[in-house]
Amino acid sequence: MNYPCKIKTINLNLFYGEFQALKNINIKIPPKNITAIIGPSGCGKSTLLRCFNRMNDLIESVRTEGKVIIDNQNINLPETDLISLRRKVGMVFQRPNVFDLSVYENLAFGVKIHRLYRSKTKILEEIEHALESVGLWKELKDKLKKNAKNLTLDQQQRLCIARVIILKPEIILLDEPCSSLDPIATLKIEELLFQLKEKYTIVIVTHNMQQAARISQFCGFMLLGELVEFDTTEKIFTYPSDTRTENYITGKFG
Amino acid sequence: MFSKLQKIKESILEFFIRGSGILIILFVVLIFLFLLKDSLFFFKSYPLKDFFTQKKWLPISEPPSFGIIPLLLGSIYVTFFAIIICVPLGMGCAMFIAEVAPSFLRNILKSFVEILAAIPSVVLGFIGIVWLGPLVKKIFSIPTGMCGFTGSLLLAFMALPTIISISEDALRSVPYTYKEAAFGLGATKWQTLWRVILPAASSGIIAAIMLGIGRVIGETMVVMMVTGNSPIIPSSILEPLRTLTATIASEMGETVRGGLHYFALFSVGLILFIITFIINFLADLFLHRSKK
Repeated sequence: MNYPCKIKTINLNLFYGEFQALKNINIKIPPKNITAIIGPSGCGKSTLLRCFNRMNDLIESVRTEGKVIIDNQNINLPETDLISLRRKVGMVFQRPNVFDLSVYENLAFGVKIHRLYRSKTKILEEIEHALESVGLWKELKDKLKKNAKNLTLDQQQRLCIARVIILKPEIILLDEPCSSLDPIATLKIEELLFQLKEKYTIVIVTHNMQQAARISQFCGFMLLGELVEFDTTEKIFTYPSDTRTENYITGKFG
Repeated sequence: MFSKLQKIKESILEFFIRGSGILIILFVVLIFLFLLKDSLFFFKSYPLKDFFTQKKWLPISEPPSFGIIPLLLGSIYVTFFAIIICVPLGMGCAMFIAEVAPSFLRNILKSFVEILAAIPSVVLGFIGIVWLGPLVKKIFSIPTGMCGFTGSLLLAFMALPTIISISEDALRSVPYTYKEAAFGLGATKWQTLWRVILPAASSGIIAAIMLGIGRVIGETMVVMMVTGNSPIIPSSILEPLRTLTATIASEMGETVRGGLHYFALFSVGLILFIITFIINFLADLFLHRSKK
Protein backbone atom coordinates (compact mmCIF):
# COMPACT_ATOMS: atom_id res chain seq x y z
CA MET A 1 0.00 0.00 0.00
CA ASN A 2 1.53 3.27 -1.06
CA TYR A 3 0.49 6.57 0.46
CA PRO A 4 2.12 9.74 1.87
CA CYS A 5 3.11 9.49 5.49
CA LYS A 6 3.49 11.87 8.39
CA ILE A 7 4.76 9.51 11.04
CA LYS A 8 6.80 6.42 10.33
CA THR A 9 8.56 4.00 12.63
CA ILE A 10 11.37 1.72 11.58
CA ASN A 11 12.10 -1.38 13.63
CA LEU A 12 10.93 0.29 16.82
CA ASN A 13 11.58 -1.71 19.99
CA LEU A 14 10.82 -0.54 23.50
CA PHE A 15 11.77 -2.06 26.83
CA TYR A 16 10.54 -1.38 30.35
CA GLY A 17 13.61 -2.72 32.13
CA GLU A 18 13.71 -6.35 30.99
CA PHE A 19 10.19 -6.43 29.62
CA GLN A 20 9.80 -5.76 25.92
CA ALA A 21 6.65 -3.72 25.39
CA LEU A 22 7.02 -2.97 21.68
CA LYS A 23 8.37 -5.52 19.24
CA ASN A 24 9.77 -4.36 15.96
CA ILE A 25 7.03 -1.92 15.07
CA ASN A 26 6.89 -0.62 11.50
CA ILE A 27 3.98 1.70 10.98
CA LYS A 28 3.23 4.43 8.45
CA ILE A 29 0.64 7.00 9.50
CA PRO A 30 -0.85 9.20 6.75
CA PRO A 31 -1.32 12.96 7.19
CA LYS A 32 -4.69 14.66 7.81
CA ASN A 33 -6.57 11.53 8.61
CA ILE A 34 -7.70 9.81 11.75
CA THR A 35 -5.65 6.74 12.46
CA ALA A 36 -6.91 4.44 15.18
CA ILE A 37 -4.80 1.97 17.10
CA ILE A 38 -6.81 -0.81 18.66
CA GLY A 39 -6.00 -3.90 20.68
CA PRO A 40 -6.62 -5.47 24.07
CA SER A 41 -5.31 -3.69 27.16
CA GLY A 42 -1.59 -4.18 27.77
CA CYS A 43 -0.84 -4.69 24.09
CA GLY A 44 1.40 -1.60 23.94
CA LYS A 45 -0.87 0.75 22.02
CA SER A 46 -0.51 3.62 24.51
CA THR A 47 3.22 3.01 24.69
CA LEU A 48 3.46 3.28 20.92
CA LEU A 49 1.48 6.52 20.95
CA ARG A 50 3.83 7.94 23.55
CA CYS A 51 6.79 7.22 21.31
CA PHE A 52 5.51 9.87 18.87
CA ASN A 53 6.08 12.73 21.30
CA ARG A 54 8.70 11.03 23.47
CA MET A 55 6.47 10.98 26.57
CA ASN A 56 8.03 7.65 27.50
CA ASP A 57 11.12 9.64 28.46
CA LEU A 58 9.35 10.51 31.72
CA ILE A 59 9.65 6.91 32.87
CA GLU A 60 13.12 6.16 34.13
CA SER A 61 13.60 2.54 33.13
CA VAL A 62 12.49 2.88 29.50
CA ARG A 63 14.84 2.14 26.63
CA THR A 64 13.91 2.52 22.96
CA GLU A 65 15.63 1.24 19.83
CA GLY A 66 14.88 2.03 16.22
CA LYS A 67 13.63 5.12 14.45
CA VAL A 68 10.56 7.28 14.80
CA ILE A 69 10.42 9.53 11.77
CA ILE A 70 8.18 12.58 11.67
CA ASP A 71 8.44 14.72 8.52
CA ASN A 72 11.64 12.94 7.46
CA GLN A 73 13.30 13.57 10.80
CA ASN A 74 14.21 10.87 13.28
CA ILE A 75 12.93 12.18 16.60
CA ASN A 76 14.20 9.19 18.52
CA LEU A 77 17.64 10.76 18.92
CA PRO A 78 19.08 12.22 22.11
CA GLU A 79 19.61 15.62 20.51
CA THR A 80 15.93 16.05 19.56
CA ASP A 81 14.44 19.30 20.91
CA LEU A 82 11.61 17.87 22.99
CA ILE A 83 10.04 21.25 23.61
CA SER A 84 9.42 22.02 19.96
CA LEU A 85 8.60 18.37 19.25
CA ARG A 86 5.82 18.42 21.83
CA ARG A 87 4.51 21.66 20.46
CA LYS A 88 4.28 20.10 17.03
CA VAL A 89 2.90 16.81 18.36
CA GLY A 90 0.23 17.54 20.95
CA MET A 91 -1.30 14.98 23.26
CA VAL A 92 -4.66 14.49 24.93
CA PHE A 93 -4.84 12.03 27.79
CA GLN A 94 -7.24 9.43 29.08
CA ARG A 95 -8.61 11.49 31.93
CA PRO A 96 -9.21 15.19 31.33
CA ASN A 97 -6.18 16.72 33.03
CA VAL A 98 -6.96 20.42 33.10
CA PHE A 99 -4.77 22.38 35.48
CA ASP A 100 -6.20 23.67 38.74
CA LEU A 101 -6.29 27.16 37.20
CA SER A 102 -8.79 29.31 35.34
CA VAL A 103 -9.93 28.43 31.82
CA TYR A 104 -7.91 31.38 30.57
CA GLU A 105 -4.74 30.29 32.37
CA ASN A 106 -5.13 26.74 31.11
CA LEU A 107 -5.08 27.96 27.54
CA ALA A 108 -2.51 30.69 28.07
CA PHE A 109 -0.10 28.19 29.65
CA GLY A 110 1.23 26.83 26.37
CA VAL A 111 1.32 30.27 24.77
CA LYS A 112 3.41 31.56 27.66
CA ILE A 113 5.87 28.70 27.88
CA HIS A 114 6.53 28.77 24.16
CA ARG A 115 6.49 32.60 24.12
CA LEU A 116 4.23 32.59 21.08
CA TYR A 117 2.50 35.93 21.57
CA ARG A 118 3.19 38.82 23.87
CA SER A 119 0.13 41.04 23.63
CA LYS A 120 -2.88 40.26 25.79
CA THR A 121 -5.35 40.96 22.99
CA LYS A 122 -3.54 38.54 20.70
CA ILE A 123 -3.57 35.84 23.36
CA LEU A 124 -7.27 36.41 23.93
CA GLU A 125 -7.87 36.21 20.21
CA GLU A 126 -6.04 32.87 20.03
CA ILE A 127 -7.97 31.60 23.03
CA GLU A 128 -11.23 32.47 21.34
CA HIS A 129 -10.04 30.73 18.20
CA ALA A 130 -9.00 27.58 20.06
CA LEU A 131 -12.21 27.42 22.08
CA GLU A 132 -14.25 27.97 18.95
CA SER A 133 -12.56 25.11 17.15
CA VAL A 134 -13.57 22.73 19.95
CA GLY A 135 -17.07 24.21 20.15
CA LEU A 136 -16.66 25.69 23.60
CA TRP A 137 -16.51 29.41 22.92
CA LYS A 138 -20.25 30.04 23.25
CA GLU A 139 -20.43 28.17 26.54
CA LEU A 140 -17.29 29.57 28.08
CA LYS A 141 -16.77 33.08 26.76
CA ASP A 142 -18.13 34.55 29.99
CA LYS A 143 -16.42 31.99 32.18
CA LEU A 144 -12.79 32.42 31.22
CA LYS A 145 -11.88 33.37 34.77
CA LYS A 146 -13.61 30.36 36.29
CA ASN A 147 -11.59 27.43 37.53
CA ALA A 148 -11.44 24.77 34.82
CA LYS A 149 -11.95 22.04 37.41
CA ASN A 150 -15.56 23.15 37.78
CA LEU A 151 -16.45 22.37 34.16
CA THR A 152 -18.17 19.14 33.17
CA LEU A 153 -15.88 16.26 32.21
CA ASP A 154 -16.82 16.65 28.56
CA GLN A 155 -16.01 20.36 28.64
CA GLN A 156 -12.75 19.61 30.43
CA GLN A 157 -11.70 17.13 27.76
CA ARG A 158 -12.54 19.65 25.03
CA LEU A 159 -10.54 22.23 26.90
CA CYS A 160 -7.62 19.80 26.89
CA ILE A 161 -7.94 19.53 23.12
CA ALA A 162 -8.16 23.33 22.82
CA ARG A 163 -5.04 23.61 24.97
CA VAL A 164 -3.22 21.53 22.38
CA ILE A 165 -4.75 23.30 19.37
CA ILE A 166 -3.75 26.77 20.54
CA LEU A 167 -0.11 25.75 19.97
CA LYS A 168 -0.89 25.09 16.28
CA PRO A 169 0.37 21.51 16.25
CA GLU A 170 0.52 19.32 13.18
CA ILE A 171 -0.24 16.07 14.92
CA ILE A 172 -2.67 15.38 17.77
CA LEU A 173 -2.28 12.17 19.76
CA LEU A 174 -5.26 11.00 21.79
CA ASP A 175 -4.91 8.28 24.39
CA GLU A 176 -8.38 6.83 24.96
CA PRO A 177 -9.84 10.31 25.20
CA CYS A 178 -13.41 9.15 25.77
CA SER A 179 -12.90 6.44 28.35
CA SER A 180 -14.10 8.64 31.21
CA LEU A 181 -16.99 10.19 29.32
CA ASP A 182 -20.62 9.12 28.91
CA PRO A 183 -21.94 8.08 25.46
CA ILE A 184 -23.34 11.50 24.55
CA ALA A 185 -20.14 13.30 25.48
CA THR A 186 -18.20 10.64 23.58
CA LEU A 187 -20.28 11.31 20.49
CA LYS A 188 -19.56 15.03 20.75
CA ILE A 189 -15.82 14.43 21.01
CA GLU A 190 -15.97 12.09 18.02
CA GLU A 191 -17.75 14.72 15.94
CA LEU A 192 -15.11 17.20 16.97
CA LEU A 193 -12.30 14.87 15.91
CA PHE A 194 -13.98 14.38 12.60
CA GLN A 195 -13.84 18.14 11.95
CA LEU A 196 -10.29 18.44 13.21
CA LYS A 197 -8.94 15.86 10.80
CA GLU A 198 -9.20 18.41 7.99
CA LYS A 199 -6.33 20.32 9.57
CA TYR A 200 -4.42 17.88 11.74
CA THR A 201 -3.01 14.40 11.63
CA ILE A 202 -4.86 12.55 14.36
CA VAL A 203 -3.77 9.33 16.02
CA ILE A 204 -6.18 7.86 18.51
CA VAL A 205 -5.71 4.90 20.80
CA THR A 206 -8.93 3.25 21.78
CA HIS A 207 -10.16 0.02 23.31
CA ASN A 208 -13.53 0.69 21.77
CA MET A 209 -13.70 -1.00 18.38
CA GLN A 210 -16.95 0.68 17.37
CA GLN A 211 -15.33 4.02 17.97
CA ALA A 212 -12.40 3.11 15.76
CA ALA A 213 -14.77 1.93 13.06
CA ARG A 214 -16.88 5.07 13.29
CA ILE A 215 -14.22 7.73 13.12
CA SER A 216 -10.98 6.42 11.67
CA GLN A 217 -9.80 6.06 8.08
CA PHE A 218 -6.77 3.96 8.96
CA CYS A 219 -6.47 1.39 11.66
CA GLY A 220 -3.75 -0.65 13.29
CA PHE A 221 -4.33 -3.74 15.42
CA MET A 222 -1.81 -4.50 18.13
CA LEU A 223 -1.32 -7.63 20.20
CA LEU A 224 1.32 -8.41 22.82
CA GLY A 225 3.60 -5.60 21.67
CA GLU A 226 3.34 -6.40 17.97
CA LEU A 227 1.61 -4.47 15.25
CA VAL A 228 -0.33 -7.36 13.77
CA GLU A 229 -1.97 -5.49 10.94
CA PHE A 230 -2.22 -1.97 9.60
CA ASP A 231 -4.57 -0.96 6.85
CA THR A 232 -7.55 1.17 5.98
CA THR A 233 -10.25 0.91 8.59
CA GLU A 234 -12.64 -0.45 6.01
CA LYS A 235 -10.32 -3.32 5.17
CA ILE A 236 -9.49 -4.13 8.81
CA PHE A 237 -13.16 -4.35 9.74
CA THR A 238 -14.33 -6.20 6.64
CA TYR A 239 -11.55 -8.48 5.36
CA PRO A 240 -8.76 -8.56 7.92
CA SER A 241 -5.83 -10.50 6.51
CA ASP A 242 -4.64 -11.90 9.83
CA THR A 243 -6.75 -14.41 11.75
CA ARG A 244 -5.79 -12.79 15.07
CA THR A 245 -7.26 -9.49 13.87
CA GLU A 246 -10.35 -11.28 12.73
CA ASN A 247 -10.74 -13.01 16.08
CA TYR A 248 -10.39 -9.73 17.95
CA ILE A 249 -12.76 -7.84 15.67
CA THR A 250 -15.41 -10.50 15.91
CA GLY A 251 -15.10 -10.55 19.67
CA LYS A 252 -13.53 -14.00 20.11
CA PHE A 253 -11.16 -12.43 22.67
CA GLY A 254 -10.66 -9.01 24.11
CA MET B 1 -26.73 -13.23 76.47
CA PHE B 2 -23.63 -12.85 74.42
CA SER B 3 -25.11 -10.01 72.40
CA LYS B 4 -26.09 -8.16 75.57
CA LEU B 5 -22.53 -8.40 76.89
CA GLN B 6 -21.30 -7.21 73.54
CA LYS B 7 -23.66 -4.27 73.70
CA ILE B 8 -22.40 -3.24 77.13
CA LYS B 9 -18.82 -3.57 75.99
CA GLU B 10 -19.48 -1.40 72.98
CA SER B 11 -21.29 1.25 74.91
CA ILE B 12 -18.40 1.46 77.40
CA LEU B 13 -15.97 1.80 74.53
CA GLU B 14 -18.11 4.45 72.90
CA PHE B 15 -18.29 6.30 76.21
CA PHE B 16 -14.50 6.38 76.42
CA ILE B 17 -14.00 7.57 72.87
CA ARG B 18 -16.67 10.19 73.17
CA GLY B 19 -15.23 11.24 76.50
CA SER B 20 -11.72 11.75 75.19
CA GLY B 21 -13.04 13.77 72.29
CA ILE B 22 -15.03 16.05 74.56
CA LEU B 23 -12.13 16.27 77.00
CA ILE B 24 -9.90 17.86 74.37
CA ILE B 25 -12.43 20.58 73.71
CA LEU B 26 -12.87 21.01 77.44
CA PHE B 27 -9.14 21.43 77.98
CA VAL B 28 -8.84 24.19 75.42
CA VAL B 29 -11.89 25.99 76.73
CA LEU B 30 -10.68 25.67 80.33
CA ILE B 31 -7.22 27.01 79.49
CA PHE B 32 -8.80 29.94 77.76
CA LEU B 33 -11.16 30.63 80.67
CA PHE B 34 -8.32 30.27 83.15
CA LEU B 35 -6.23 32.85 81.25
CA LEU B 36 -9.22 35.11 80.82
CA LYS B 37 -10.10 35.00 84.52
CA ASP B 38 -6.63 35.97 85.68
CA SER B 39 -6.34 38.62 82.98
CA LEU B 40 -9.61 40.15 84.13
CA PHE B 41 -8.14 40.42 87.60
CA PHE B 42 -5.30 42.36 86.07
CA PHE B 43 -7.48 44.67 84.04
CA LYS B 44 -9.57 45.46 87.12
CA SER B 45 -6.62 47.35 88.59
CA TYR B 46 -4.72 48.24 85.43
CA PRO B 47 -6.49 49.99 82.55
CA LEU B 48 -6.81 47.96 79.36
CA LYS B 49 -5.97 51.06 77.37
CA ASP B 50 -2.63 51.52 79.12
CA PHE B 51 -1.80 47.86 78.56
CA PHE B 52 -2.00 48.39 74.81
CA THR B 53 -0.65 51.96 74.59
CA GLN B 54 2.10 52.26 77.22
CA LYS B 55 5.49 52.04 75.55
CA LYS B 56 7.32 50.56 78.52
CA TRP B 57 7.30 47.26 80.30
CA LEU B 58 8.59 48.08 83.79
CA PRO B 59 6.92 45.61 86.12
CA ILE B 60 8.92 46.30 89.26
CA SER B 61 9.41 50.04 89.16
CA GLU B 62 7.14 52.32 91.20
CA PRO B 63 4.55 52.86 89.85
CA PRO B 64 4.84 49.86 87.53
CA SER B 65 4.18 50.18 83.83
CA PHE B 66 2.77 47.23 81.92
CA GLY B 67 2.87 48.22 78.25
CA ILE B 68 2.70 45.14 76.02
CA ILE B 69 3.90 47.00 72.91
CA PRO B 70 7.65 46.31 73.36
CA LEU B 71 6.98 42.61 73.91
CA LEU B 72 4.51 42.37 71.07
CA LEU B 73 6.92 44.15 68.75
CA GLY B 74 9.72 41.88 69.95
CA SER B 75 7.67 38.84 69.01
CA ILE B 76 6.60 40.33 65.68
CA TYR B 77 10.15 41.36 64.74
CA VAL B 78 11.66 38.01 65.55
CA THR B 79 8.84 36.08 63.87
CA PHE B 80 8.86 38.25 60.78
CA PHE B 81 12.57 37.84 60.17
CA ALA B 82 12.49 34.16 61.02
CA ILE B 83 9.77 33.65 58.40
CA ILE B 84 11.61 35.75 55.82
CA ILE B 85 14.60 33.49 56.29
CA CYS B 86 12.94 30.11 56.52
CA VAL B 87 10.18 30.35 53.91
CA PRO B 88 12.44 30.58 50.84
CA LEU B 89 14.83 28.04 52.32
CA GLY B 90 12.03 25.67 53.31
CA MET B 91 10.24 26.01 49.97
CA GLY B 92 13.43 25.40 48.06
CA CYS B 93 14.12 22.32 50.10
CA ALA B 94 10.54 21.06 49.77
CA MET B 95 10.62 21.52 45.99
CA PHE B 96 13.94 19.77 45.78
CA ILE B 97 12.70 16.81 47.84
CA ALA B 98 9.35 16.56 46.09
CA GLU B 99 10.29 17.16 42.47
CA VAL B 100 13.99 17.04 41.78
CA ALA B 101 15.88 14.72 44.11
CA PRO B 102 16.40 11.08 43.08
CA SER B 103 14.69 8.70 45.46
CA PHE B 104 17.74 7.72 47.52
CA LEU B 105 18.62 11.37 48.17
CA ARG B 106 14.99 12.11 48.97
CA ASN B 107 14.96 9.50 51.72
CA ILE B 108 18.20 10.79 53.22
CA LEU B 109 16.95 14.38 53.15
CA LYS B 110 13.64 13.48 54.70
CA SER B 111 15.26 11.74 57.61
CA PHE B 112 17.57 14.71 58.15
CA VAL B 113 14.58 17.02 58.24
CA GLU B 114 13.04 14.76 60.88
CA ILE B 115 16.24 14.87 62.92
CA LEU B 116 16.21 18.64 62.65
CA ALA B 117 12.73 18.64 64.16
CA ALA B 118 13.95 16.49 67.03
CA ILE B 119 16.73 18.82 68.22
CA PRO B 120 15.68 20.20 71.63
CA SER B 121 15.31 23.96 71.54
CA VAL B 122 17.64 24.37 74.52
CA VAL B 123 20.43 22.83 72.46
CA LEU B 124 19.80 25.34 69.69
CA GLY B 125 19.84 28.10 72.28
CA PHE B 126 23.16 26.83 73.53
CA ILE B 127 24.58 26.88 70.01
CA GLY B 128 23.21 30.40 69.70
CA ILE B 129 24.97 31.61 72.81
CA VAL B 130 28.40 30.09 72.22
CA TRP B 131 28.66 30.22 68.46
CA LEU B 132 25.98 32.05 66.46
CA GLY B 133 25.73 35.09 68.78
CA PRO B 134 29.44 35.94 68.59
CA LEU B 135 29.34 35.34 64.84
CA VAL B 136 26.45 37.77 64.35
CA LYS B 137 28.26 40.26 66.56
CA LYS B 138 31.37 40.01 64.40
CA ILE B 139 29.59 40.16 61.05
CA PHE B 140 27.45 43.22 61.81
CA SER B 141 29.97 44.79 64.24
CA ILE B 142 27.34 45.41 66.88
CA PRO B 143 27.91 45.65 70.66
CA THR B 144 26.25 42.32 71.40
CA GLY B 145 25.34 39.25 69.41
CA MET B 146 22.47 38.53 71.79
CA CYS B 147 19.90 40.24 69.62
CA GLY B 148 16.71 39.74 67.66
CA PHE B 149 18.51 38.59 64.55
CA THR B 150 20.30 35.72 66.29
CA GLY B 151 16.93 34.64 67.64
CA SER B 152 15.36 34.87 64.17
CA LEU B 153 18.07 32.69 62.67
CA LEU B 154 17.59 29.96 65.24
CA LEU B 155 13.81 30.18 65.08
CA ALA B 156 13.97 29.92 61.30
CA PHE B 157 15.89 26.73 61.87
CA MET B 158 13.19 25.44 64.17
CA ALA B 159 10.35 26.26 61.78
CA LEU B 160 12.09 24.64 58.80
CA PRO B 161 11.01 21.04 59.46
CA THR B 162 7.34 22.04 59.76
CA ILE B 163 7.44 24.10 56.60
CA ILE B 164 9.42 21.55 54.62
CA SER B 165 7.41 18.49 55.46
CA ILE B 166 3.96 20.06 55.05
CA SER B 167 4.80 21.84 51.79
CA GLU B 168 6.47 18.72 50.48
CA ASP B 169 3.27 16.80 51.21
CA ALA B 170 1.27 19.46 49.41
CA LEU B 171 3.57 19.37 46.37
CA ARG B 172 3.53 15.61 46.17
CA SER B 173 -0.24 15.42 46.41
CA VAL B 174 -0.58 17.34 43.14
CA PRO B 175 -1.81 14.69 40.68
CA TYR B 176 0.76 13.21 38.33
CA THR B 177 -1.60 13.94 35.43
CA TYR B 178 -0.90 17.69 35.79
CA LYS B 179 2.74 17.05 35.24
CA GLU B 180 1.99 14.82 32.26
CA ALA B 181 -0.22 17.49 30.75
CA ALA B 182 2.41 20.19 31.20
CA PHE B 183 5.23 18.06 29.76
CA GLY B 184 2.93 17.01 26.93
CA LEU B 185 2.53 20.69 26.02
CA GLY B 186 6.30 21.08 25.86
CA ALA B 187 6.91 22.61 29.29
CA THR B 188 10.27 22.23 30.98
CA LYS B 189 10.60 20.83 34.47
CA TRP B 190 10.93 24.29 35.96
CA GLN B 191 7.96 25.75 34.04
CA THR B 192 5.85 22.82 35.17
CA LEU B 193 6.87 23.30 38.78
CA TRP B 194 6.42 27.04 38.77
CA ARG B 195 3.27 27.45 36.71
CA VAL B 196 1.33 24.27 37.41
CA ILE B 197 2.45 22.44 40.52
CA LEU B 198 3.01 25.41 42.82
CA PRO B 199 -0.38 27.01 42.12
CA ALA B 200 -2.08 23.66 42.63
CA ALA B 201 -0.30 23.17 45.96
CA SER B 202 -0.61 26.78 47.09
CA SER B 203 -3.17 26.37 49.83
CA GLY B 204 -1.17 23.54 51.43
CA ILE B 205 1.95 25.67 51.21
CA ILE B 206 0.26 28.65 52.85
CA ALA B 207 -0.94 26.36 55.62
CA ALA B 208 2.63 25.15 56.06
CA ILE B 209 3.86 28.72 56.41
CA MET B 210 1.09 29.51 58.89
CA LEU B 211 2.00 26.52 61.03
CA GLY B 212 5.64 27.61 60.83
CA ILE B 213 4.64 31.05 62.12
CA GLY B 214 2.69 29.41 64.92
CA ARG B 215 5.73 27.39 65.87
CA VAL B 216 8.02 30.44 65.84
CA ILE B 217 5.75 32.73 67.80
CA GLY B 218 5.19 30.18 70.54
CA GLU B 219 8.84 29.20 70.95
CA THR B 220 10.29 30.26 74.31
CA MET B 221 13.60 28.70 75.24
CA VAL B 222 15.67 29.81 72.26
CA VAL B 223 14.49 33.41 72.31
CA MET B 224 14.99 33.62 76.05
CA MET B 225 18.55 32.41 75.67
CA VAL B 226 19.74 34.45 72.71
CA THR B 227 17.72 37.63 72.17
CA GLY B 228 19.24 39.61 75.02
CA ASN B 229 16.09 39.83 77.14
CA SER B 230 15.54 43.54 77.17
CA PRO B 231 11.90 44.59 77.07
CA ILE B 232 12.33 47.80 75.13
CA ILE B 233 10.91 48.77 71.77
CA PRO B 234 13.59 47.60 69.33
CA SER B 235 14.53 50.06 66.62
CA SER B 236 16.15 47.36 64.52
CA ILE B 237 16.38 43.59 64.45
CA LEU B 238 20.05 43.86 65.43
CA GLU B 239 19.17 45.11 68.91
CA PRO B 240 18.39 43.09 72.02
CA LEU B 241 14.67 42.60 72.52
CA ARG B 242 12.25 40.33 74.30
CA THR B 243 9.28 38.35 73.11
CA LEU B 244 5.95 37.65 74.77
CA THR B 245 6.94 34.10 75.57
CA ALA B 246 10.34 34.94 77.00
CA THR B 247 8.76 37.56 79.25
CA ILE B 248 6.41 35.07 80.84
CA ALA B 249 9.10 32.43 81.25
CA SER B 250 11.73 34.70 82.73
CA GLU B 251 9.52 36.74 85.04
CA MET B 252 7.03 34.21 86.34
CA GLY B 253 9.49 32.84 88.87
CA GLU B 254 10.07 36.20 90.50
CA THR B 255 6.53 37.43 90.90
CA VAL B 256 4.41 37.42 93.99
CA ARG B 257 1.59 34.99 93.52
CA GLY B 258 -1.62 36.96 93.28
CA GLY B 259 0.14 40.27 92.74
CA LEU B 260 -0.42 42.69 89.90
CA HIS B 261 2.73 41.58 88.06
CA TYR B 262 1.63 37.97 88.34
CA PHE B 263 -1.71 38.72 86.71
CA ALA B 264 -0.05 40.93 84.10
CA LEU B 265 1.87 37.90 82.89
CA PHE B 266 -1.38 36.02 82.49
CA SER B 267 -2.66 38.80 80.27
CA VAL B 268 0.46 38.43 78.16
CA GLY B 269 -0.31 34.72 78.00
CA LEU B 270 -3.85 35.46 76.88
CA ILE B 271 -2.62 37.68 74.05
CA LEU B 272 -0.22 34.94 72.97
CA PHE B 273 -3.02 32.38 73.09
CA ILE B 274 -5.25 34.54 70.92
CA ILE B 275 -2.48 35.11 68.36
CA THR B 276 -1.59 31.45 68.02
CA PHE B 277 -5.27 30.53 67.92
CA ILE B 278 -5.87 32.88 65.01
CA ILE B 279 -2.81 31.59 63.15
CA ASN B 280 -3.77 27.96 63.62
CA PHE B 281 -7.30 28.75 62.57
CA LEU B 282 -6.08 30.36 59.35
CA ALA B 283 -3.76 27.43 58.68
CA ASP B 284 -6.69 25.07 59.12
CA LEU B 285 -8.79 27.11 56.76
CA PHE B 286 -6.15 26.85 54.05
CA LEU B 287 -5.53 23.15 54.65
CA HIS B 288 -9.24 22.45 54.24
CA ARG B 289 -9.33 24.42 51.06
CA SER B 290 -6.47 22.35 49.67
CA LYS B 291 -8.28 19.10 50.54
CA LYS B 292 -11.43 20.23 48.74
